[in-house]
Amino acid sequence: MNVNVQFREDGDLLLGYIEGEIDTYTAPILRDELEMIRITEGLLVELDLSNVNYMDSTGLGVFVAFYKKIVKENASLKLVNLSARLTRLFEITGLSELMEIGKGGATNARI
Amino acid sequence: MEQIRKQYKKILSDYIGNQNESDLYIGQNFIKRMIQKNVTPEEVISIHKQALEEVYDDLPDSVLHGYDFLIEVMVHFGLKVQEHQSLLAKQEELRIEMEIATKIQNLLLENEIPKPRSVDIGMISVPLRKMNGDYVHFMHDDERFLSVAVTDVVGKGVPAALCMSMVKYGLDTLEYANSNPSYVLEVLNRTIEKSIDDSMFVSLCYVRYDLSTNVLTWSSAGHEPSLYYDGESESFYDLESKGLLLGILPEAKYTQQDLDLKNGDFVILMTDGVTDFRNKEEFDSREIIKELALANRHLTAQEMCEVIYSELQKLHDFKLEDDFTVVIIKK
Repeated sequence: MNVNVQFREDGDLLLGYIEGEIDTYTAPILRDELEMIRITEGLLVELDLSNVNYMDSTGLGVFVAFYKKIVKENASLKLVNLSARLTRLFEITGLSELMEIGKGGATNARI
Repeated sequence: MEQIRKQYKKILSDYIGNQNESDLYIGQNFIKRMIQKNVTPEEVISIHKQALEEVYDDLPDSVLHGYDFLIEVMVHFGLKVQEHQSLLAKQEELRIEMEIATKIQNLLLENEIPKPRSVDIGMISVPLRKMNGDYVHFMHDDERFLSVAVTDVVGKGVPAALCMSMVKYGLDTLEYANSNPSYVLEVLNRTIEKSIDDSMFVSLCYVRYDLSTNVLTWSSAGHEPSLYYDGESESFYDLESKGLLLGILPEAKYTQQDLDLKNGDFVILMTDGVTDFRNKEEFDSREIIKELALANRHLTAQEMCEVIYSELQKLHDFKLEDDFTVVIIKK
């Protein structure tokens, strides 16, 4: 089990493509990857979770911490292409009311 | 040391002379004494080499060089063994501390299941590791109100347990069972938000039951939805709410809803450890819980909790991956 993140920068848009399972063991890896992002005002970070097939509450914690950091810097975060299971997890926890969650849309480009 | 050298030489030459079992035995006992005197492995070899040299003055240089090599190698061997031993000691220390912490946690979080006359309550809470990241808090006062909080802290083990103590004290300071669930959640949320790290949070489901009117009022903060079974229509309803997890936004608001608990009805509160079937996506865990509850609804609330636990454990091949908590309130 592992988690892997790849980024692509496009002006004010940073696309992150996350792959794997996010649990107690892999969450620190994801956290470190996200911490390396240099967040500037106005930056839009879009994280594609279509290839995340499992996430537990520790994984949610990583996204919550990252979201708080983004808000502090006046940047924005969007999570896209969540599986039904992940969508439900964000709904139950009330996080879908807080964070922007949706389809990839215009920025839905594979890396 | 000189004494040891002499004795070793004597035992060795005796053994070489007649290869007697009893000399071997003496040698084995002698090494125990050497260990007590903190003689290192490389020193043993050095003693052995010296003794051989003294017994045989015609030993070829190649054999002696071989011993020199072994002595050097054993220096590192000795260091590694020492490192290993100090790790073992450290581990033992941690284990003892952990045991004490577990005892303290159990003491802190001890909470008796109330037994009011008109409603039957059951509970099971099993930690995955020693310390529990789930917690159930009961309050029951003046014979009218009864409240239950089922909580789950993100993560497992010690960090979760520490955070849990804070939740418990937060709940304790609210003191009365008659508080509105939405108010309880708002107060707890502010307390928790102030004190925890950005990646920590708590999910909590709070239920207040009015024994005089049989109205059950519930509110939830990011918690696994509870199940309500309506005996009249013989169907289950999810008690869904979109309340945010506790500890994320200080100004988060929570709503609460009422339901009338009639004879034959019951409510199942649980943590996500109960519904999380990580490697078995084909299972609809909530459906399984409904089926189990339905088939066993003639049992007491406590027996129902135990059946659900043992059946789910079987489905997980006895390898549950999270703390597991179920509370059933049955009319």
